[in-house]
Amino acid sequence: MNRIDEVFSKKKKGVLNIYFTAGYPKINDTLRIARTLEAAGVDIIEIGIPYSDPIADGPTIQDSSQKALDAGMSLKLLMRQLQDLRKHIKIPVILMGYINPVLQYGFTKFCQDCKEVGIDGVILPDLPMQEYAEMYQVTFEEYGIYNIFLMTPQTSEKRVLQINEASKGFIYMVSSASITGAKQEVSQAQIDYFERIQKMNLSVQRLIGFGISNKETFDNACQYASGAIIGSAFINQLNKDDSDEAITSFVGSIINP
Amino acid sequence: MITKENYKVNSKGYYGKFGGAYVPEMLLPNILELQENYLEITSRPSFKKEFDYLLKDYVGRPTPLYLAQRMSEKYQAQIFLKREDLCHTGAHKVNNTIGQILLAKALNKKKIIAETGAGQHGVATATVCALMGMECIIYMGAVDMVRQRPNVERMKILGAEIRAAESGSKTLKDATNEAMRHWINHPTDTHYIIGSVVGPHPYPDLVARFQSVISEEIKYQLNEQIGRDHPDMVIACVGGGSNAAGAFYHYLDRPEVQLIAAEAAGLGIDNKKSAATTFLGTEGVLHGSKTLLMQTADGQVTEPYSISAGLDYPGIGPIHAHLFDSGRAHFCAVTDEEAMHAGIDLSRLEGIIPAIETAHAISALDKIEVKDKVVVINVSGRGDKDLDTYITWGKY
Repeated sequence: MNRIDEVFSKKKKGVLNIYFTAGYPKINDTLRIARTLEAAGVDIIEIGIPYSDPIADGPTIQDSSQKALDAGMSLKLLMRQLQDLRKHIKIPVILMGYINPVLQYGFTKFCQDCKEVGIDGVILPDLPMQEYAEMYQVTFEEYGIYNIFLMTPQTSEKRVLQINEASKGFIYMVSSASITGAKQEVSQAQIDYFERIQKMNLSVQRLIGFGISNKETFDNACQYASGAIIGSAFINQLNKDDSDEAITSFVGSIINP
Repeated sequence: MITKENYKVNSKGYYGKFGGAYVPEMLLPNILELQENYLEITSRPSFKKEFDYLLKDYVGRPTPLYLAQRMSEKYQAQIFLKREDLCHTGAHKVNNTIGQILLAKALNKKKIIAETGAGQHGVATATVCALMGMECIIYMGAVDMVRQRPNVERMKILGAEIRAAESGSKTLKDATNEAMRHWINHPTDTHYIIGSVVGPHPYPDLVARFQSVISEEIKYQLNEQIGRDHPDMVIACVGGGSNAAGAFYHYLDRPEVQLIAAEAAGLGIDNKKSAATTFLGTEGVLHGSKTLLMQTADGQVTEPYSISAGLDYPGIGPIHAHLFDSGRAHFCAVTDEEAMHAGIDLSRLEGIIPAIETAHAISALDKIEVKDKVVVINVSGRGDKDLDTYITWGKY
């Protein structure tokens, strides 16, 4: 069973997925941060593959990506850093990145190596469903890697159903029309969107991401989905203090009652 | 044997293996809206009528096709210059912005965004926004804003808001990233006017269609002047490739016409400071389409270099990647130095100071055999904006 499915089979509410950029703040921090997050009680870890032109990301994640690249981070190095991943970490690990570095790495080799190190899923926001189905799905499935799709408030109902059909693991439900890291109050339009999707009774679990930054926004998102994803807010925490204690207390501030 | 191949976009948005729409879900509704409507809207008689009217009375089309006598003597060929430099705003860019703003209106969009490198597309966009009374935001790399100050001011005079792209290398590719991010944040009321045949489908096709007026005119102008509708050769410069796409368009499926694309080699293709994508690039995905681009082995997009800001782009439109890959077009790499000399050459022989982008196309005459041929060179823009570069270079 894919570790992502295991999580959702045990936990129906309040699943916490935390994103951080590989090789940030320091190039060898990847595994340390992942271990600390798991020990602190995070359910799913999402590791960003740094890219020079991340069009879906706001300034916080852009900045962390650029600094990681400047320090010499690459997908090759990330795979090496993750070689012993499964000796240390039991929870699902997802790689999030843009399609171009993956294509240069070699798509089949990427899936192969993901399987070898124990990656459970991949989020490639600029890989469209049509291309996925025609060129990539077979390889993803061959290696048992879940490709996670996104939906947004603008995604049509017809397309939501297609996404549900194509999805495994969970659907990444983007909370609003925005790039990552946008700060906002939860608006009525958003709640309408959350409720509209909730009523569709999709077969695949949903995690809400974008604009989730603290306990309040996390809890609110959890009313409408199985859980939520925190990215930029965690990077901001790392910018302030990236010690194990600080990471643990950040996670605690979200999941502790 | 020459097989009949289609060099235009297919129903899935691809040119051979290049193209597609590699965009995040957040942009997809906008892209789908365009994909589903662009052909229908642009083929409406009312649309065509307004487009043609504005191209004629506002832009000043048709632009002349001029037989360059002294240039022809020098190369012992019949060299025609397609004078896109005489378009309003000084380059072919406005053909596309006129088309796209009419499309935006038909889609009921209220605001326009665009990216710009040298500022030419930004000026052409700000111009049509002023014409139509639409709100206009232009993203421009912070580095380019310093390099191209007069164009920044031109856009401001025209009423546009200029936003500096401070991310990445702070140049054209980052301005494009910022414009795409803006579009993600404003998905319903905004149209993004991309300036070249790049970006996700349908942009490359959309822009090529609006620019195809160039070769449409060449066909009948040549017919009037020499009694046949095609030259032996069409030469155009390629950064993203919009003027070349327009100049090649109606000859794509005419194998008797050689297509020559001049790329900016910068300091040379064996030098890191270059923008010759077909020589130095590899397959990948940039700004929403699969194409050739300049990148590291890890797939990070690298910063190109050319003396010409308009050719200073790390990728190339998917249509050109396909023309290169299939061998339909011949690509040559022109260095800064070669281009500058060619620019002076055209100035002295024909009294036309070309944009430095265009000067790259002129220089191609020295790289290919043109003797006794009928050649059309697309003079994509005028050199006014490049006066500082000519002065700094100084060898005239």
